[in-house]
Amino acid sequence: MTTSAEAKAARPQPGAPREYHFPRFERRKLENGLEIVVAPVTKLPLVTVAVLFDAGAVCDPAGREGTAQLVAKLMVEGTVNSDGGELTERFERLGASIDAQADWDAAAVTMTTLTEHLPEAFDLLGEVLRTPAFRAREVERLKAERLAELLQLRADPGALADELFSRFLYAPTSRYSRPDGGDEQSVDAIEREHVLTFYESRYLPGGATVIVSGDVTVDAAEQLVRKALGGWTGGAPTRVVGDDLPARRKREVHIIAKSDAPQSELRIGHVGIPRKHPDFFPVNVMNAVLGGLFNSRINLNLREVHGYTYGAFSGFSWRRQAGPFTVSTAVKSDITDAAAREVLIEIDRIRAEPITADELSLATSYLDGVFPIRFETTSAIAAALSVLVLHGLPDDYYDRYRERVRSITAEQILVAARKYLHPDELQMVVVGDPATIGEPLAKLEFGPTTLYDTQGHAIA
Amino acid sequence: MVQFRAMRIPIETFRLPNGLFVTLSEDHTAPIVAVNLWYHVGSANEPPGRTGFAHLFEHMLFQGSADVAANEHFELVARAGGTLNGSTWLERTNYFETVPSNQLELALWLEANRMGTLLSAMTQQKLDNQRDVVMNERRWSMDNQPYGSWMEKLPALVFPPQHPFHHSLMGSMEDLAAASLDDVSQFFSTYYTPDNAVLSIAGDFEPGEARRMIERHFGGIPRGKGKPPLPDMSLPPVFGQWKREVVPDDVMLPRLFMAFRTPVFGSEEYYAASVTGAVLGLRNASRLRRRLVRERQVAADASAFTYDLAKGSDLLVIDVTGRPGIGAEQLEQEVAHEIDTVVRDGLDASEVERAVAVIQTAFVSGMQEAGDRADRLSMFATYLGRPEAINEEVDRYKAVTTERVNAFVRERLDENNRASLLYVPRENAPAELASAGAATEAE
Repeated sequence: MTTSAEAKAARPQPGAPREYHFPRFERRKLENGLEIVVAPVTKLPLVTVAVLFDAGAVCDPAGREGTAQLVAKLMVEGTVNSDGGELTERFERLGASIDAQADWDAAAVTMTTLTEHLPEAFDLLGEVLRTPAFRAREVERLKAERLAELLQLRADPGALADELFSRFLYAPTSRYSRPDGGDEQSVDAIEREHVLTFYESRYLPGGATVIVSGDVTVDAAEQLVRKALGGWTGGAPTRVVGDDLPARRKREVHIIAKSDAPQSELRIGHVGIPRKHPDFFPVNVMNAVLGGLFNSRINLNLREVHGYTYGAFSGFSWRRQAGPFTVSTAVKSDITDAAAREVLIEIDRIRAEPITADELSLATSYLDGVFPIRFETTSAIAAALSVLVLHGLPDDYYDRYRERVRSITAEQILVAARKYLHPDELQMVVVGDPATIGEPLAKLEFGPTTLYDTQGHAIA
Repeated sequence: MVQFRAMRIPIETFRLPNGLFVTLSEDHTAPIVAVNLWYHVGSANEPPGRTGFAHLFEHMLFQGSADVAANEHFELVARAGGTLNGSTWLERTNYFETVPSNQLELALWLEANRMGTLLSAMTQQKLDNQRDVVMNERRWSMDNQPYGSWMEKLPALVFPPQHPFHHSLMGSMEDLAAASLDDVSQFFSTYYTPDNAVLSIAGDFEPGEARRMIERHFGGIPRGKGKPPLPDMSLPPVFGQWKREVVPDDVMLPRLFMAFRTPVFGSEEYYAASVTGAVLGLRNASRLRRRLVRERQVAADASAFTYDLAKGSDLLVIDVTGRPGIGAEQLEQEVAHEIDTVVRDGLDASEVERAVAVIQTAFVSGMQEAGDRADRLSMFATYLGRPEAINEEVDRYKAVTTERVNAFVRERLDENNRASLLYVPRENAPAELASAGAATEAE
């Protein structure tokens, strides 16, 4: 249905926007090399502290992939003073949440607490960072929990598609080709001594950053960091630069057999670009139009025009090296080929001609307007500051973000689409029922097809 | 700001002549405003043979109205720099937008336009399309998801067959296929009326101006003709037996959902139930995580939650996934043993203190986002008629004593008030367990 001119005229027009800026933050540095970034936000009596270490999964030793994530999780599973049970209880009796995890590029120990408990919680955090015990019992338990997770993955079509997509995308030499948490073999190979070595060489004050956001002043935050971590010594670990080479440059189809699956989990994509890239903004806006928003081309096509799916999206995974560009959806089994075809049509179309002025303004006004809504919580602000630190972005990055988004043109998007989307190199991964999807997919003539079991082993 | 520090948010309420109840809560720290609309209708109100309809209908609300084209709602909000969504639950359906504060009127106008004029934009083709979308949502969230069927199997196990909470919220494929445009129009006229809705606004706005906008856009929408009463939903305080169902499924590890019938949301004893849930399964130092994951190492994960139902009875559910090598029966025994111990010995004061401290921090964290504040206000206004109750939450939790928790535990966690929904990896499902499951289903 079309909208009449009168109806449009009846629509409320926005008033003048109120000014907004990303929370002001200040940097400090301790004598031991520890960096401090503090963003005071006084809305509620709440503080988030995130301590970042250069200890992400790219630092995993070959053959023991999963070490970084295991070490991160073990950080909050006991100190010399308190075993794991006591430690979590000490935090939680304050109402504080404590969590540690590693992604590809960094490990982060994150805590959120009411302001009234901040000094006590901060001291506990210091104890956690400086005197983890890595008790053998906890090492074994967390290894077993990772193995349980891997087992679960085999029965979860969406998660399985994600994992195998990475494996088929990257060359075996790339850390990105194996799961960030490690696989059965590599996790099994990790011993307590490897955990200790990893901690001792990568969890050091030099090269680490403490991010504090919330109801606290810069001076008070510095005093807390100084008290808890000032006496800690150790220089910066060497930066590990991973390889992000693709496994293949030609289109291929990888079908993971799940008999009688009512849906196919579909992933289509290729190796993308690194986060710190001169064309980050045009690529980001291009992706918003292609598949980043609800009203993107891919979602409107697959969901609203065809009813093939509950949702279809595209995205770049932003890492220090080139993470994957992925179109991701789950579609009814018997139209898997038709859905894949529509995705390919959309990738071709955005490279063929400039997007319309309407599409451009939708994407840019969304990314511009939604900006303040992204930073309502202390943990969201801490996460945004982590991105700055991790990728070495300039301190005025968030202050300039909105004008940079608004400056993007349709021509720049066409250039970005042609430069960074590679239809000839697309890999297609489908977790689904081979009996239903095999023949129709073959008729697509997308590329050579291999059938695998849920372990990712080729079935002859 | 001072009010925020004391963890009290300012609240203003009024009702339009057509019955629309409005809650306003100002906060000018960022130029953001949230609009949140709760309709007091959910899957419990579905007529026989139309399971899943309330949720399918929620999808139809994004398909346009007299002055908005299909999917244009999404586009207008995105263009304004806002986020939005809707969700359906057993007793309510909500729709919400968070937008830059200068776009408040757009969000109100969009909500009013669909409340006033949805039907003029409905077509068979839109219904067919969204039916396909919802069927795919069902496949994705339940049918092709390990353990996904728990969402409909648990209510079916714990509520009697004719009870409005018994049937599937997502709906059966058959019922979804049978839904017609007539159903859409019936449902809309009956339930999507201003007197069956609560509108909340939280964030950066001027109350006088907001009130004028609300009167302008919602004021002319006629009051409804009343909705059919729900059947009597009251239930005995306990199941009266240990209900069991075993589900062989395409999963790798056994998983147990154990439910207890508990007092309704907002009641005095609800808070004891909620604290008990937190003692058992909220965060890492909770009883079940400590005992089953950390010490006994029989579980890969353990958590607990309440359904927050306001009529009939609520549910407290514990959710425990086994470790590899642990059989389904052993998992159930281990969990039952922990609950038996709790019933026999009670919970410690220190565990209750930990739970209340964690709940308090989570509550304050949850007040950070305008959208969450608006949603909680709508919830309290819809279920209790008192949005002000939001400001009493922390005190009500703090008032829960160990004695009250233990009285609750003795009364409600006993064997005569348990329901086990046990998922068993399919190849390992022992024949006798599987047939016991079939018997329960046939009840």
